[in-house]
Amino acid sequence: MSWINLGALWKIVVFGIIAGAGLPALFAAGLYSLSQGPRTARVAGADGGGDSDVLIGGSVIGMVLAAIAFLIILAAIGWGIYEIYQIGHPAPAKK
Amino acid sequence: MLVLVVITALAFDFTNGFHDTGNAMATSIATGALGPRTAVAISGALNFVGAFLSLAVAATIASGLVNTGKVTLTVVAAGLAGGIIWNLVTWLFGIPSSSSHALIGGVIGATMAAAGGSAVLWHGLVSKVIIPAALSPVIAGLVAALGTWLLYRISRSLTAGARGHGFRIGQIGSACMVSLAHGTNDAQKTMGVITLALIANGTLAKGSNAPVWVIVCCALAISLGTYIGGWRVIRTLGKGLVEIEAPQGMAAESASAAIILLSSNFGYSLSTTHVATGSIIGSGLGKRGAEVRWNVAGRMATAWLFTLPSAALVGAGAYALAASVGHTFGVIVVLVVLAALAGYIFYRSRGNKVDHNNVNAEWTGTVAPADAPAETAAA
Repeated sequence: MSWINLGALWKIVVFGIIAGAGLPALFAAGLYSLSQGPRTARVAGADGGGDSDVLIGGSVIGMVLAAIAFLIILAAIGWGIYEIYQIGHPAPAKK
Repeated sequence: MLVLVVITALAFDFTNGFHDTGNAMATSIATGALGPRTAVAISGALNFVGAFLSLAVAATIASGLVNTGKVTLTVVAAGLAGGIIWNLVTWLFGIPSSSSHALIGGVIGATMAAAGGSAVLWHGLVSKVIIPAALSPVIAGLVAALGTWLLYRISRSLTAGARGHGFRIGQIGSACMVSLAHGTNDAQKTMGVITLALIANGTLAKGSNAPVWVIVCCALAISLGTYIGGWRVIRTLGKGLVEIEAPQGMAAESASAAIILLSSNFGYSLSTTHVATGSIIGSGLGKRGAEVRWNVAGRMATAWLFTLPSAALVGAGAYALAASVGHTFGVIVVLVVLAALAGYIFYRSRGNKVDHNNVNAEWTGTVAPADAPAETAAA
């Protein structure tokens, strides 16, 4: 038994970066591709770019890419929860 | 006796819930992604679900920290009293301290008072509690800083309004994940303690997992506590540390959720509070020009250092009191003192109420917004 479980530590750091920073970045990329395209990516804003702006699909390709990004995120979350459930319910009375 | 202990444990779970609502929901409430009431309702529900997800942390608490052979019900009750008192005091001052450390400190203090230092498994304590406590806020802060930087970089061509709208939606998702994570980590702690009590009582064999009724009760208690909402702590986290925008909020929450869930998996009973605070500070560092209020952060860090030993002292004191009166009756005395203290603290908190109406008021340097009588200003 060691004081620091390095095996666990690097996993927490690496998966932490992938899930904790990577997934939101993917979400941002999805928002970005939603905003691209010939149709102006805003519906509201009489002030032309104010706080009431809302994103809408700018182009078909952009929307498809965004949908893919959002689906990957949802899948990753679902898979993560499933894994946690698996690992978190070990056969009783061990450790 | 056993019944008393279980009730105390559930009371702790309740304070744990309302002390920690802020970890999950503070940033969403601060950016306006969710209304305060909706936020605590969602968080409560997800805490309930999360409590069922993983049992690894409960196992650490039940068997990894103290020698279960030396633990009596009085010890568990005294430990819980220590944890509850520390939670309530820090809540009064709006300091997001770790409920986990309060609980662990209380149990360890009471164990030492009862059976001496040799009954504490120091190796388990250091490797599964203290080292993760020191590392987790740093890791979470780094991940959040990186995430914040990426989010602003990728979304910089969007107009401010569109960006805010998009990320507020994302924030709801990430905040939900934090609540879920909180259930997998914090609800476990009380389950662990009740399991410990059941083992001490001889109801369960050594090394058992938490029985189903324990899981259900704990899940209920923590989600109720979460729903009641610790507005004071929410305010400190959401407004006091950094002025938060939606992308930062999302980055901070994603980082917290990822780190907590991963650590729960390895049975580290880390503090969701420490992780959330680290993330929020990180989200301030990752955005150019954002201001981190280091004095508020410093005050929190001080409270963190004190949490384990102070709760241990209260736990030890509670045990001494209970033991001097005699066991069953002693526990009742401790609980009466505890209830009186809790009542006093609630009474004090009425003086400068923080609730869902003023939780987002401009930060003026104190927990209580300026229009309320500023009682904590002197404290």
